[in-house]
Amino acid sequence: MKGYWKYIKPYLPYFILGPLLMLSEVAGEIVLPKIMASMIDVGIANNDISYVIMRALLMFGCICIMIIGGIGGHYMSIKASVLFSADVRKDVFKKVQNFSFKNIDEFSTGSLVTRLTNDITQLQNITRMFLIMAMRSPGMLIGGIIMSLTINPKLALILVVVMPLLAAVITLLLKTAFPRFTAMQKKLDGLNSNIQENITNVRVIKSFVREKFEINKFRNANENLKDSTLNAMKIVIMTMPFMTLAMNITTIVTVWNGGQFVINGSMNVGDLTAFTTYIVQILMSLMMVSMLILQSSRAAASSRRIKEVLNTEVDLTDDEAKHKDAVVTKGKVEFRNVCFKYYTNRSENILKNISFTANPGEIIGIVGSTGSGKTSLVQLIPRLYDVTEGEVLVDEINVKDYSIKHLRDGVGMVLQKNVLFSGSIEDNLRWGDENASMEEIRLAADHAQADGFVTSFTDGYNTELGQGGVNVSGGQKQRLCIARALLKKPKILILDDSTSAVDTATEAKIRSAFETDLKDTTKIIIAQRISSVMHADKILVISEGKVTGFDTHENLLKNNEDYRDIYYSQVDKEVSV
Amino acid sequence: MPPMGPPGKGRQNTDTRKPKNTGVVIKRLMSYLKPDRFRIALAFLCVLISASSNLAGSYMLKPIINNLVSNVSVQEKIMSLITGLGIMAVIYLLGVIATFVQMRTMISVSQNALVKIRADLFEKLQKLPIRYFDTNNTGDIMSRFTNDVDTIGEMLNSTLVQIISGTVSLVGTVALMLYTNIWLSIVTIVVAPIMAKVGTTIASKSRKHFVKQQEALGKVNGYIEETVTGQKVVKVFCHENKIIEEFSKLNDDLKNMQIKAQFLGGIMGPCMNAMSQVNYTLTASVGAILVIMGRLGKFAAGGFSSLAALDIGGLTVFVNFSRQFSRPINELAQQLTIVMSALAGAERVFEVMDSQPEKNTGKIKIQNIKGDVVVDHVTFGYNSEKTILKDISIYAHPGQKIALVGSTGAGKTTITNLITKFYNINKGKITIDGIDIKDIDNSSLRENIAVVLQDTHLFTGTVMENIRYGRLDATDDEVISAAVTANADNFIKHLPNGYDTVLEGDGANLSQGQRQLLNIARAALSKAPILVLDEATSSVDTRTERHINEGMDALMKNRTTFVIAHRLSTIRNADAIMVLENGEIIERGTHDELLLKKGRYYELYTGLKELD
Repeated sequence: MKGYWKYIKPYLPYFILGPLLMLSEVAGEIVLPKIMASMIDVGIANNDISYVIMRALLMFGCICIMIIGGIGGHYMSIKASVLFSADVRKDVFKKVQNFSFKNIDEFSTGSLVTRLTNDITQLQNITRMFLIMAMRSPGMLIGGIIMSLTINPKLALILVVVMPLLAAVITLLLKTAFPRFTAMQKKLDGLNSNIQENITNVRVIKSFVREKFEINKFRNANENLKDSTLNAMKIVIMTMPFMTLAMNITTIVTVWNGGQFVINGSMNVGDLTAFTTYIVQILMSLMMVSMLILQSSRAAASSRRIKEVLNTEVDLTDDEAKHKDAVVTKGKVEFRNVCFKYYTNRSENILKNISFTANPGEIIGIVGSTGSGKTSLVQLIPRLYDVTEGEVLVDEINVKDYSIKHLRDGVGMVLQKNVLFSGSIEDNLRWGDENASMEEIRLAADHAQADGFVTSFTDGYNTELGQGGVNVSGGQKQRLCIARALLKKPKILILDDSTSAVDTATEAKIRSAFETDLKDTTKIIIAQRISSVMHADKILVISEGKVTGFDTHENLLKNNEDYRDIYYSQVDKEVSV
Repeated sequence: MPPMGPPGKGRQNTDTRKPKNTGVVIKRLMSYLKPDRFRIALAFLCVLISASSNLAGSYMLKPIINNLVSNVSVQEKIMSLITGLGIMAVIYLLGVIATFVQMRTMISVSQNALVKIRADLFEKLQKLPIRYFDTNNTGDIMSRFTNDVDTIGEMLNSTLVQIISGTVSLVGTVALMLYTNIWLSIVTIVVAPIMAKVGTTIASKSRKHFVKQQEALGKVNGYIEETVTGQKVVKVFCHENKIIEEFSKLNDDLKNMQIKAQFLGGIMGPCMNAMSQVNYTLTASVGAILVIMGRLGKFAAGGFSSLAALDIGGLTVFVNFSRQFSRPINELAQQLTIVMSALAGAERVFEVMDSQPEKNTGKIKIQNIKGDVVVDHVTFGYNSEKTILKDISIYAHPGQKIALVGSTGAGKTTITNLITKFYNINKGKITIDGIDIKDIDNSSLRENIAVVLQDTHLFTGTVMENIRYGRLDATDDEVISAAVTANADNFIKHLPNGYDTVLEGDGANLSQGQRQLLNIARAALSKAPILVLDEATSSVDTRTERHINEGMDALMKNRTTFVIAHRLSTIRNADAIMVLENGEIIERGTHDELLLKKGRYYELYTGLKELD
């Protein structure tokens, strides 16, 4: 529970009251037999019915306290665990929201989702169980030890031998079981990601008729999981028979020794009976405690995974920004000797010594071959990643010196791998501007050539999109994403291959809307088609992370071999027509 | 045990989620245990032995202890102490062995069942039609595999054994109680049904709240999945605070539902516990009063002799039984919540298993086909409200290259969905070598068609394995030459471990264009006579694309190919180009013919034309 104090603190009363109230159940269970004994011993011996009734009423009183304590204890424990984990969940979620792209890449989306869902649920369950059991088992244990000591300290010496022995064996078992559980968890994770892949890649599987192949693959993973589960459980289930055996042996030894005490008269029979009861109770609680430890050791893995997220240092913040009040007003972009790599341990940079300037209102095209670093380059402008060397300036200010909010408010970006969220089309577009009027929304959609198809839907802008925008085609999705970015009215607009699924004619219309209606916006456009960027004020040609040219279409055609190459790859056949 | 809720997204399933016939669900779960019925019988026998050895052990203690105070010599006392303890040791040992055997057996039985359930579910998944995946949420399907199967596993692992052993001790105790003193048992017989009533009332009340809790949990988990998946967009739009705000609302809902549901589930324990203590108290006090009355001679007359015979010793034994009686009841009550959520989970699992599988009416297996494809007056819509394709006809002779162009949303991808029988045609037909695809076996049909899809899909595994997916028996050399064809060989060689580089699930460590190249390599490896390329190179730069095209030309040479592309340069040499708009073919012909027509194609093409 280290590291969670912050989340426990506000609910400390619940965390304390829960187990304490549960104590009343323990007390009741220890006291009730005592009262009962006196009821029989005194009441019957004296033939005193009223005494019996009085004792019975006392017992009912105890039961009332027990039930109040029990329900109260459960209530407090549940409240503590639910409130605690709700706060943890919220904080982990917040933390993920603050993550940089790099943080997200390092964790991978899937693992973040599991941590936020399964792991936190696991933590919540174990917390509740712990609070409910925390006092009960140790309470019974301590109560039992005290009782047995008061009856016959000499006989209680057995405990001194048995308990450490038991504890040692349990520890050994748990120590053996824990790595096996870790192995099992790994197999389970593997199996689950296999299923996930099968669901998302279902079209590939079906079109290559690989169902049997996948089923066989799954069968192996499934059997492996079973084997490692059995491997772990094999150890765990040893505890139960082992504890029973220990309990039985202890009982026999106790009766053997106690029996001799009774025979030579140093102990009476009643005490021996009571003593054996307590011995059983002690060992039982010891077993419960060990089970609790086992459960928490399994939850420890979840807890560790959650803490990993919480303790991750967000490597991209605006804490040290020097111009937090600055906003992007003109839209000038300047790269100065920028080098960049995603992983610090890689020797080679993805971007090497990039320098160029985009003036306000200009259209800058970026072309280059697959994997040459186009996407990496533009992601540095809204500071989605930090440069490795050099600096990126927007309106003459280093992007690191803006508040992240102000910077990204000023820079609109349409990602290559873009997503829409479940909700209506209007909801999705409003991401760009929450307070936009309907006219503004339609205008932005119109510029992105989306208004036409949206209004053709029966529900128009109220059409519900499924997760990932499943009910629109690839090209329609891209146009909605552009509209969403346009609604932001950014000073700098970046399109990362955002029209790849849009047909040429539509794309030309989008482009002309950019030229007329977004005159003041600096537009940076990554494209595969030269036609998408040939009208740009300047085109940046990038090859293997280096800028090989930055000029107009005409000049590049004359001077830049790379560009010429790309150009002719697209038009030589047309030229020959 | 905590109720591990199945966080179903349940967008689709909320309405179908009414409680179903529990009996049917249980019966079906049982069918998974059937193959192991002999082992279960063995486990049951062992439970019987261990439970009775426990009872017998505590029963033996009394005579042994009584013997200690009897009037025999010390020598004899010790001797009978030794024999008594010896017998006890044997009984206990038997019990311990039985416990071990029973646990070992049940663990393996439950794991077997679990493996079977998972395998069945997975096999079913492979049989479901594409439509199922298009209309159901990934998160929801996943949660059935994980959370729901887990709850079943939890129940099979522990609950089953506990229910059996609980029942055995319960029946055993009741039998002993009845045997010892019928009259005193009446108290228990009266109290027990009340306990059962209280237990089931709480259980059914809490079940309702548990369902609500799962729904709230499902909403939270669904929200997490969606936003975290789209996290990069969230950041680009600085929407973090808005998202957190919305999340907090859902989180608070969940919080309130959880407190309600779990509290109701949680009071079961204390309530049952208190009830059994009441039973204990009542039995003891009524017993004590009866003993006193008996002593005072109140039962001397009439048929109350068994009551009159009640003495302190008998009462003590009986009271101890009634104390033991509460333990299994308590345990059974605790298991009820697990059973509840496991049944809910099983219901959701069976729901998938019962979904309509993909239709495969075709019997004909096609082999060595020429690749003559005819799309004959096909009309299609994903749902009855909207027709996507209207009366489409396309003829592709063996080895021809047919291009489909048109604005986005015109229905180009839909055609590939139909050729591969991912969706079934509403009107008209598609034939391959003259055979209606309706009559062709799905697998046989798809084995003859290689598809490269718009969205790139890679599997966790090495680059080599990913390409080999196209043809499993391909040699390493064949894989590499396919990669060369797709122009992927270059970048693969530059990866840290070349062809042995392990790709993450979604190939996040590759650029979009590189992933497309791998997809093409995969198709290149396949020997299918029909090739469908759906925007296969949209993220690949044009120079690379030209290199691929050289390889592709060789690839397409003897194959019938359908190409969907926006970059018209890539389809110029097609044998026929179909221009689709609003689900209709508005123009068809070769590149040159269409240009002369100065119609829609010309319009589309001028985007490039401007280059000259």
